[in-house]
Amino acid sequence: MAHHNIVIPTKDKLFNLGEFSLRRRGNLITAIILAVGLVITVIRFTQGIGSVTNLSDVQPWGMWIGFDLLCGVSLAAGGYFTTVGCYIMGMKHFHSAVRPAVTTAFLGYTFVVVALLYDLGHPLRLPYMFFFPGTTSVLFEVGLCVATYLTVLFVEFSVAPMEWLAGRFPFLLNWRKLVVRCTIILTIFGVTLSTLHQSSLGSLYLIAPGKLHPLWYSPFMPMFFFVSSMAAGASMVIFEGMFAHKGVHHYMDDTHLREADEVVFSFSKAASFILFAYFMLKFTDMLVQANLPYVFSGYGLWWLVEMLFFVLMPALLYARGSRQRNLRICRFAAANTVLGIVLNRFNVSMIAFNYALPSAERYFPSLWEICISVFVVTMIVTAYRFIVYHMPVLYEHPDFKDAH
Amino acid sequence: MNRRKFLTILGSAGVVSALSTAEVKAAGGTHTFPYYDGSFGVLHDTTRCIGCRECEKACNKVNSLPQPKKPFEDLTVCDTRRRTSAYEWTVVNKYEVNGRQVFRKLQCFHCNDPACASACFAKCFQKQPDGSVTYDGSQCVGCRYCMIACPFYAPGFQYDEAFDPLVQKCTFCEPRLKEGKLPGCVEACPMDALTFGRRSDLIKVARARMAKNPGKYADYIYGEWDAGGTAWMILAPAPGAAAKPDGAMQALGLDTHLGNRPMGELTYGALGAVPMIVAFWPVLFGGAYAISKRRDAIHEAEKEAAIKEIKNDMTYAVNSAAHKVAETHGQAAADTVREAMSEAMQDKGGHN
Repeated sequence: MAHHNIVIPTKDKLFNLGEFSLRRRGNLITAIILAVGLVITVIRFTQGIGSVTNLSDVQPWGMWIGFDLLCGVSLAAGGYFTTVGCYIMGMKHFHSAVRPAVTTAFLGYTFVVVALLYDLGHPLRLPYMFFFPGTTSVLFEVGLCVATYLTVLFVEFSVAPMEWLAGRFPFLLNWRKLVVRCTIILTIFGVTLSTLHQSSLGSLYLIAPGKLHPLWYSPFMPMFFFVSSMAAGASMVIFEGMFAHKGVHHYMDDTHLREADEVVFSFSKAASFILFAYFMLKFTDMLVQANLPYVFSGYGLWWLVEMLFFVLMPALLYARGSRQRNLRICRFAAANTVLGIVLNRFNVSMIAFNYALPSAERYFPSLWEICISVFVVTMIVTAYRFIVYHMPVLYEHPDFKDAH
Repeated sequence: MNRRKFLTILGSAGVVSALSTAEVKAAGGTHTFPYYDGSFGVLHDTTRCIGCRECEKACNKVNSLPQPKKPFEDLTVCDTRRRTSAYEWTVVNKYEVNGRQVFRKLQCFHCNDPACASACFAKCFQKQPDGSVTYDGSQCVGCRYCMIACPFYAPGFQYDEAFDPLVQKCTFCEPRLKEGKLPGCVEACPMDALTFGRRSDLIKVARARMAKNPGKYADYIYGEWDAGGTAWMILAPAPGAAAKPDGAMQALGLDTHLGNRPMGELTYGALGAVPMIVAFWPVLFGGAYAISKRRDAIHEAEKEAAIKEIKNDMTYAVNSAAHKVAETHGQAAADTVREAMSEAMQDKGGHN
């Protein structure tokens, strides 16, 4: 519990890799998933996309876009959500939540790009979008914003590795100072770019009104994606915190532990309001687009499941949990919201996409596609663990205490 | 520069721009980007099509596509609903209208303002002045957003290709058009079901056929306006008296709900909001930051004032108490009390 238990790398002992070689079940599972993932990676890049996926001409975007990209980006919204709350809105008691949130956001976006390389036919040509900019394309905007935001996140995150390495390489302190001074500008940059690309992920589907079921297609899809990303951001901070408390509790300092519960309750309250707003937006949109008849169909039932059990229910649970200051309810609501976001993105990109086609032509991801998605998530967790074991993310570095 | 001179320049600039607008109008009629007046198209008359698959065969040959598993002479493949793919740029499907078999050829519609071109973020697709929508694979990233965007499910992707997978679709035989030849499929059609010509003429031809054969055709040229208009258009047989006007199109698997504007325009509102957000968000959040900072400053000042007041009150209380003690117990006792009280207050302050 106390500060002295935390292993802080020193000038002479920069690395703390012992945790990875412990004979624990987690490490074993990680090793197996990474090994399987590497094998599939080799197959994917030597035999082609068709060799490992169920993608087809009617379903060119499957699991890798629907989960790794759409869910990955929205679930990494915790970065902008927390920094805006702490630095812009002045909620200083979120401070200990900022670094973990920025770290996971940075990792999330990095691995979104990594996963995207699997899905692209010509992964090495990704920079072509800057050489031959197709400015009429929503995807161009997404790419531009994600690339810029990833840079912003890298700069924001870089403070942690700087503090880790500063003992050995003192010149890094100048960079750290510069970044800390630019915090507000970076935060505003971040929220602007996040607004743009979170919403643009919804705009991607605006061009395909005939393919997406009317209950999900709406001219307001950009807004839905953005608003739900806020709820996703708040929920992911709680959700990740839940696992962090289980796995890397011994890297949290007193400040972090003291503020952790308050962060959960504050974020729960915010998420509750946002989810209610999102529910009303979706419901009103359904009514004004005269989609009520669709609600009484098979897809309508599925839409109701999403709306009631994955939007309204977590909203109510969050409200109850934050008012009663009940950590368990809040955490359940967070998991519920995260699942809801995943369900919504799956609906838009796969389940309600191509709804009019006969079921024989519909898509279901192959085992290998799912394996790669699991592989990517495992890489994120492993990278997160490496960072937490080495850098001051869950604790304040003694050399930089109150230096912000 | 004086005012008169400035106005002269402005005026002449106006005239020049008006002239150039007039020129564009004379050349292009109503301007819808990047619609080319005088561009070519093909009219597919499904009442003439017999499903012989000669067009498929010719397409395969002129484009040097790989041989299919079943030969083109095998007409049973028409029984299953097919779509175009990376290696079959055109396919013929069988439908039933009014109890009769009707065949429809599928290929890229070569939209006037194509969804694929609007969606491509590396500018691979181009609407050419001759009417074709061409694709340059040399800068294709392989993201397949064009395939999401295409309302006609036309482009296919080479999923089996490991190192250079590309999107493939009908090219309108653009290289052949340049040589002055007809597209392969049009040339091969034995029933004259495919008519090549200028798009504007084809619409007149279609109307003329309808007028000449009352009751034979559905009163709808598919592609005249759909998705903003397409170079390849379709005539369908009349659906029968009971059916809805667009029922004939739906019977042939044609989507009549695409609207009459280019698909790309559906995204322009969202894209147009981008500069607005870029311009306004920093102000909004900068303002929020300023407000929260100001609030903190006010809070801090108020806190300090309150503390000062309390301190004054306390000092006053201590002094008056000490004064009373001095009166009853003497000066030494008063000093002890004063010391003890200020010590107690200090302690309290230390805990906070």
